[in-house]
Amino acid sequence: MSENPLRDAIEEAIKENEVILFMKGTPEAPACGFSARTAAALQALNAPFAAVDILPDPRIRQELSALSGWPTIPQLFVKGELIGGCDIVMELYESGELAETLGVEPPADAPQPAASSTQSPPLGIENRLG
Amino acid sequence: MPTADEIKQRIEAAIPGATAEVEDWTGGGDHFRAVVVSPAFKGKTRIQQHQMVYAVFGDEIGGPIHALSLKTQES
Repeated sequence: MSENPLRDAIEEAIKENEVILFMKGTPEAPACGFSARTAAALQALNAPFAAVDILPDPRIRQELSALSGWPTIPQLFVKGELIGGCDIVMELYESGELAETLGVEPPADAPQPAASSTQSPPLGIENRLG
Repeated sequence: MPTADEIKQRIEAAIPGATAEVEDWTGGGDHFRAVVVSPAFKGKTRIQQHQMVYAVFGDEIGGPIHALSLKTQES
């Protein structure tokens, strides 16, 4: 056993899942607007992805951010590499690069994900993890 | 609690040649969005550019600054 089983588990999850999204809540019930938009972009492309809810234990987020050097949630990894958070994923989605990165066909009519980036994020998720 | 103006000044002070436009996204003082333009972003990936801006605030992101939504551009 390593001294940091949680970090090992996170590393392993990133390695074993080609597309993995660390988010607040689940794709079906996202707990933050940024996580919701990111999951919606992946779903709009019909891209299969693993999702990890970081809310149940604040240490998941601490270890993940220490590992990735990225302070916020969500975080999308493809083939073991950090792609970015909500802003970058949305930029890549809109430019078509996300479909390319994921190796999926962009949808013919390129639907916008449910929430547009000009809207305010849903409230009620403030600083749960302080 | 930082203001949009403080965030703008800190980004511009920390990143060479940067100009930043920052707005308080929700009016609640903890969700901000920023557009940052700097020649220092040249040759860097988006991830690296965003990390340069996040580095200005360290642990404050996820703490007092719940979210800082970014768009970066090289000038």
